[in-house]
Formats: sequence, structure tokens, C-alpha cells
Amino acid sequence: MAIEFKLPMLGENIKSADILKILVSEGDKVEKDQIVLELETDKATMEVPIEEAGTITKVLLKEGAKADIGAAVFTYEPASGDEKSDAEDSKKGQSKKETPKEEESKKETIKKEEDKKEELSVSSATNPKEDKGSAKEPDKSVNLITPLSANVTEMPDKIAPASPSVRRFAREIGIDIHSVRASGNNGRITIEDVKAYAKSMNELISSGGAGASGGGGSFYKETLPDFTKWGDIEKQPMSNIRRKTAEHLSYAWQTIPHVTQFEKADITELEKIRKQFGKKTEEAGGKLTVTAILIKVIASALKVFPQFNSSIDMEKNEIIYKKYFNIGIAVDTERGLLVPVVRDADKKNVIQIAADLAEISKKARNRKLSLEDMQGGSISVSNLGGIAGTYFTPIVNAPEVAILGVSRSAMEPVYIDGKFEPRLMMPLSLSYDHRIIDGADAARFIKWVVSALEQPFLLTLEG
Amino acid sequence: MSTKTELLVIGGGPGGYAAAFLAADLGMQVTLVDMEKHPGGVCLWRGCIPSKALLHIAKLIKEAEEAEKIGIKFGKPEIDVNKIREFKNGVVGKLTGGLGQLAKQRKVNFIQGKATFVNSTSVSIAKSDGTTETVEYNKAILATGSVPSKVPGLSIDSERVMDSTGALEMNDVPEKLLVVGGGYIGLELGSVYAALGSKVTVVEMTSGLLPGADRDLVAVLAKRVTSLMSAIYLDTKVVELKEVKEGIKVKFEGPKVTDPEQIFDKVLISVGRRPVTTGFGIENTKVKVNERGFVVVDKQMKTDDPAIFAIGDIVGNPMLAHKASAEGKVAVEVIHGEKSFFEPAQIPAVVFTDPELAWAGLTELEAKEKGIEVQIAKFPWGASGRATTLDRNDGLTKLIIEPGTERILGVGMVGVGAGDMIAEGALAIEMAANVKDLSLTIHPHPTLSETMMAAAEVFYGHATDMYRPKRK
Repeated sequence: MAIEFKLPMLGENIKSADILKILVSEGDKVEKDQIVLELETDKATMEVPIEEAGTITKVLLKEGAKADIGAAVFTYEPASGDEKSDAEDSKKGQSKKETPKEEESKKETIKKEEDKKEELSVSSATNPKEDKGSAKEPDKSVNLITPLSANVTEMPDKIAPASPSVRRFAREIGIDIHSVRASGNNGRITIEDVKAYAKSMNELISSGGAGASGGGGSFYKETLPDFTKWGDIEKQPMSNIRRKTAEHLSYAWQTIPHVTQFEKADITELEKIRKQFGKKTEEAGGKLTVTAILIKVIASALKVFPQFNSSIDMEKNEIIYKKYFNIGIAVDTERGLLVPVVRDADKKNVIQIAADLAEISKKARNRKLSLEDMQGGSISVSNLGGIAGTYFTPIVNAPEVAILGVSRSAMEPVYIDGKFEPRLMMPLSLSYDHRIIDGADAARFIKWVVSALEQPFLLTLEG
Repeated sequence: MSTKTELLVIGGGPGGYAAAFLAADLGMQVTLVDMEKHPGGVCLWRGCIPSKALLHIAKLIKEAEEAEKIGIKFGKPEIDVNKIREFKNGVVGKLTGGLGQLAKQRKVNFIQGKATFVNSTSVSIAKSDGTTETVEYNKAILATGSVPSKVPGLSIDSERVMDSTGALEMNDVPEKLLVVGGGYIGLELGSVYAALGSKVTVVEMTSGLLPGADRDLVAVLAKRVTSLMSAIYLDTKVVELKEVKEGIKVKFEGPKVTDPEQIFDKVLISVGRRPVTTGFGIENTKVKVNERGFVVVDKQMKTDDPAIFAIGDIVGNPMLAHKASAEGKVAVEVIHGEKSFFEPAQIPAVVFTDPELAWAGLTELEAKEKGIEVQIAKFPWGASGRATTLDRNDGLTKLIIEPGTERILGVGMVGVGAGDMIAEGALAIEMAANVKDLSLTIHPHPTLSETMMAAAEVFYGHATDMYRPKRK
């Protein structure tokens, strides 16, 4: 009997993935745990192994396709016996197809698929408890396996007022039945209630409101005009990275009251040092860039200004202060914007940071970044200095509360000691979350950063 | 000899064969291993089924006896134990043979033998024909069931001391029988022997029969059962069994004991059952067993070993055939790639004594223990027309209700046919029915099932067949 290899649960909030590579083709024999797929989801690339050995019978999707979690990618014949019994099995399968029962069940699955399509497939994002349960399921590569503990036969404390078929339907589309509200009918949850809930969750997710505190709510939407009225157009599907970036930045923009503070740093002296020590850094595997130095400076600044290393929880009325110093760094790749994180920047020297930076940039460009590589940042840095521009207003990478934008440095006349001198000036743009950071704090923060850049020795004193 | 199979099911009881058959229906290649000649497990070979055949006989005897009251006198019954045993064995043979047939028709490879795990993906089967076969599998379902528990210190080697298996063999009808344990097995088998003519004494350690069941239901059952038995000792422990010339000398201990040493012809030990999770190489797999001896599984019946699932008595209480079957189906569906979970709203339980006692979902006792606020509605069968025509007004139907929503959380029943009627309660709970739904559902008249509807009407204070002044 051929078994469908379905796209496994890949983690919280992940509804679909782009299939980068299918590493098997029809007739291939695969071993247990052999990597069969390369996927890209929400900015991370992952490899998916097969759980049992077998022979690939049919590949159902193409490379580059976008597939929902649970979609069949290929079918395979598990290695259960010799070739003969395999053949027998498939014959059995064929003759069976004609029986009405089989057809009926097929119809049912088609219907189910349609239902799912209608509601889109909501991931189990709604309930963190549920996520653990389902994440435990198939994929070892993301390492989400949790040990079993509870004994099932203890009856649950809470039984949702829904019939067994409705409870099963909710399971199948990944909805926690306990979060569905009954529409009436004496408090009983119907299949329509589950569908309506799934639909509302999808709308919430696509408006960027779900899964995070603060709540974006729904926004007025304008329908797009028919552009072909004005000339030729070309339509392309949005990549996962693009979609995620769009969702994430819309969410950040809608929930965070942004203010951007501008300043210039005189890096004439810093530039001399940078050139002087460049070779030494290269020997250590990195490049002594302004970004590397900035990361060190900002890590030190966060210690002086802890509110810049925090997150805000509006639901619980809490501010979360972080005791770690991880700096996110925006990397421009062929596939779009990625923000990997340099960890524990406070405990590393500039040379180590430079080496780290080289490593993660390489990973980002070779699509080897994992989701983990991009999580847990304290604050982010976006350096466009290599390209052009004077100032810009970066968007805070929520749930962080600040981001420092760096623009192209230029020689400028600076009035020093009664005369103009040519100095290398670097424009900085600090965007921050005004809910937690006051304007004066931001001005003090950027002043501290500028002084550190202008007098590198300050770092050794205060950092 | 070594073979490969897609799915291996170890244990051919109601959990194992239900799983094997469903898997075969879904197109899997299935091997089912059991030590008996045909599938069936404890339930069919030495549990539910033979005991029900014997209880049917007990009921016939009792009804014939009681018929005298209403004008029919049969005289004293003549009991042919050999014939009774034949009937019982015939029932078992018919049903297990039928399962063997069904396995064949589904092309399930049934092997009679004992499987022992070599590692996580293969077992060695010592077959009944003396040969050994190694079977490699992709997935295995463990359904090894349970056996009668022994009481430490009371297990003496004597033909006069039996467990439920021995009692069901029905070798003879002893003159004096002691049943140790007032749970459902003790009461069912005790009833059988009492009806056949034994003087039966039941001894129970706790303060009441059927621990765990609601007391108001048990009270109805106890009344009739007490008249059937020659004695019932509650709060009493058996501290010693000793084989003597005349039989088994039993020493009792407890506050109410007046006669601490008595001699019985036979003793039935029915103090519970324990899961079979040792003796078949489970340690060669990654399957975890908890401190109570149950296999640890999640709601998809997955053990800690990715290749092995477990179902039925070995994964926990209640140890009931229908729970095992439902779990078996979940396990197979999960293996088949479906998102199935074992999450019932209720698992019904039935005690097949006369009268029968049954419940589904929450009991009043459990609600009290867990501090769940509930409302109770009861309809005593004294007001049931049908019960009166049967001359069996000893019955009670009760609903356990969630306040506010009026949702039915539990149903309890005692009376003739309660075991069959509880199914309506099971469906009501699963469908999240409320009391109004029950009271608005027209039930056939005159039947005992009307008592469900009547209990719902009692809740609203207007049951047709019962007048209860309104409380203010």
C-alpha cells in the first residue's frame, strides 16, 4: 500500500512552506531518516527526513511549489517485504478502488480538502498547548519532540460541548475546540461554529493581529484596481519570506508608535583605527566593519539604557527586561530581508563579533539560517551605508523596542576650534517604540552611541 | 524463519482484533499474534462473554423461581453443570471462531504464539506448533491486556482457590463459596453461583459494594443481591487462607466480624486486574512503563518508542473492552496518517448483575471528589409502568447535570436492562445534549427507556408519572 508523505508540522504559526528541493524521484529507494525535502518556511530553510525506509512511487508536487502543512508531497511504498509482496499490495489497492466504499471515502476526503481550502488551513497557532502536541508529531529535524507523560485514560477535566464528529473536524483543521464559541443552539458548538472560528482566525492572522500581544485588530482594506486597464502587467506569487516580511512589518507598524531620532557621528578617528586593525581581524576570519564595531557599541549602550533591551506586554501590563545582549543585523539577500542575531555581543570582543558576522551573513546568503538563528534579538541594526542615502526611518523589529539605522558616511566640513575641518560623518537614525521609550531617553541613548564611536576608548571605561 | 509485516498487533483481545481488522480494511498488511487459537482475548475466552452466558442462566433460574408469585410454578430446577458448561463453551467457540473467520476474510495473518520483543522493530514469536518465527514490522500495536490480580499472602496453591478464569470454567457448583472482593467481577460471578445453588458469602474490604459507583444506585442493587447471597461482609479483610480437610479455612478481620474463622468449599479471589507489561521483552524497546505498571502513551496511543503504539488494559483504567477497541481504532488511524486522538467525553461501564447497574460520564461521587458543581435529577422506577409490568420496580435512573447550561454530564442507571439503556446516556453526553433535549425527545411507551425522559422531566418539576410538590 502506498503511503502519502505529507508536509509535516514545522512549528508554531507555520501554515505552509515553499518546497525548495525534492531530493528523491520516482523509483528511488530511501532509508529511514534520509533527507527527502528541503523546505523554506518563514525565513528558515529546513531539511525534512522520511520516517521509514521505502521506495518512492510518485512525486506529487514540483520544486518551487508552495504547499500547506499536511499536503501530500509524494507517495512511497514502505519497505515491508520483498518486491513481490509490494506488487501484490498495489494490485490489491487497484482493485479496491472500484468498491463504492472506497469511492465514498475518497469523496469525503475531497470534501474535507475543499472545506479546508475554503477556510484556508489554519495552523494550530491559536493554542500554545496544542502546538506542543502537534509539533511533537512528525519532524525530528526541528527538534521539537517532547517526552510523553500524561496517561490518557484519565478523563479530561473540560469537555467541549460539541459532538464527537465536530470535535474530530476541529482536530483535523487544527482548531482547539475549547476556543470556539457556540453560536446559540443551547451552547452547543456546531461544525459551522468551528468553520466560522477558523475563518475569523485566518482574517486575524492575515491582518497581522494574531499571535502577539498588543492586538492589531482589523483595518480598512481597499480592493486593488484592475491594473491591466493601464498596460501590461505580470503576476508573481509572493515568496514565503516576502509574505512573512510584509505581515511582520505591517504588524510592527500598526502596533508600535514609532519615533525616529537622527544624529551624526564623527568617525574620522574610528576609521583610522579600523584600517589599522583590519588585517588582524581578517586573520581571525572576519572583516573589521563599522557594523561589527557598532554591534559592540550598542551592546554596551543597552547595559546603560536597559529600557532599550525590553519588550512590552500590553495584555499583562508588563515590561519584560532582558538580561542578554543579542543584536539583530539586517542582511540583504537575493530572497529578501533577513535579520539573523549575533548572540551575547556583550561577552565578545570586536574581532569575535566580526567573525560571527561573517559567519551569519554567509549562512543567510546560502539559505542555511534556521529559525533559531533569527530569534531572540534585543535590538536590531540596519546598515544601508554600503549603498546610499542620508537618513531613513527604519521600522522597529517587534517585539524589540528599537532599531538603529546607519546611512552612508561622507566627508563634511565640521566647525572645530574656530575653523572648518574635513571630518568623516556617519548619519544614524534611531527608531524606537514610544510606548516605553521617551524622547529624552532616545536622545541620551544616541548621544551615548555617538560618543562611543567618536572616542572608542570610552567603551573600555564604561562598556 | 523471518518475515516482514507492515503492522504487527500483539494481543488478540477486543483492542487488538479491532485494531488489526481496521488496519486490514484500510489496506495495511497486518499480522496479529495471540496465544489462543482464535482472536478474542480475555473478553471472549474468559471474561465478558462466558460470564454473560452464565448470568443469562442465573437470570432464568431466578425468574422461574419468582414466577410463583404471579401464578406460575415450575418446581425446583434440575441443574446439569456439564450442559451449562457446554452451552457456555459453545458461545465462546462460536464467537471466537467467528473472529478467526473474519481475520481470514480480511487476510490478517493470525499467528498463534507468544511474541517477545527482540528490539524496537522486531519480535520473536514462539509459535504454538513449536517453531519460532522472527517478524520485523514497521509499526506495532501492543495490546497484551490484563490478568486477575493476586492478593499478597493469600495466594495458596489449591484447586479450591480460584480466580475469575477458574470460576468461569464452571467445574462444579460448590456448596459454600467465598467471594473475596465486592467489585463487579465478584458480584457477577457470585450471582451465578448463588443462582445455581451455592451458598455465597461476599467479603469486601471497603464500606460498600462496587466501590466507585454512586451509592444510591448501589443501594438498589445491594438490596436484591443481599437477598441472593447468604452473607455480605463489608469493612472486612481476609487475612488468611488455609487448606484443611473440609475445604479452605478463612480468617476474617474487621470491626463487624462475629465469626472470624469459617470454612468454605471454594474461594474466588476477585480483587481486580493488573496490566500485563512484563515477560515479553518490553525492556528491549523504548516503551516506558509507569510505576503502576501501565504503559505510558499519549492521546494518540503513541508510546515513547516511535515504532510502537499501546492500547487497552495495559495503558490504564478503566480496563474495559470497549475502551480498548476505541483506542485500537485511534492507534490505527494515527498510523494511517490521520489526526486522530482518543478523547471521549465518556466511557460507559456496566455491572451485569441482576439488576444491572450502569453509568456513563461523570458520576455524582466523582463530581463531589473533584468539587464540580452539579445538579441531580432522579427517576425511581417505582413510577415506571413498564417496570411494574415486569414486577421489577427496583430501579433508578439519574442524570448528572451542569448547572446553568443544563448540559448532561453523566447518566447513572440501575435496574433490569440498564446495561443496554445506558447507550442513550452515552450518546447524550457525547452529543452534549442538555436536559431539555432529553425531555423533548419522545420515548416509546411503555418502555424502561422512558425513565430517561422522565428523569429529565423531574428536573423541570413536571414528570407525568410522578408528583412532587414544588419546593419554594
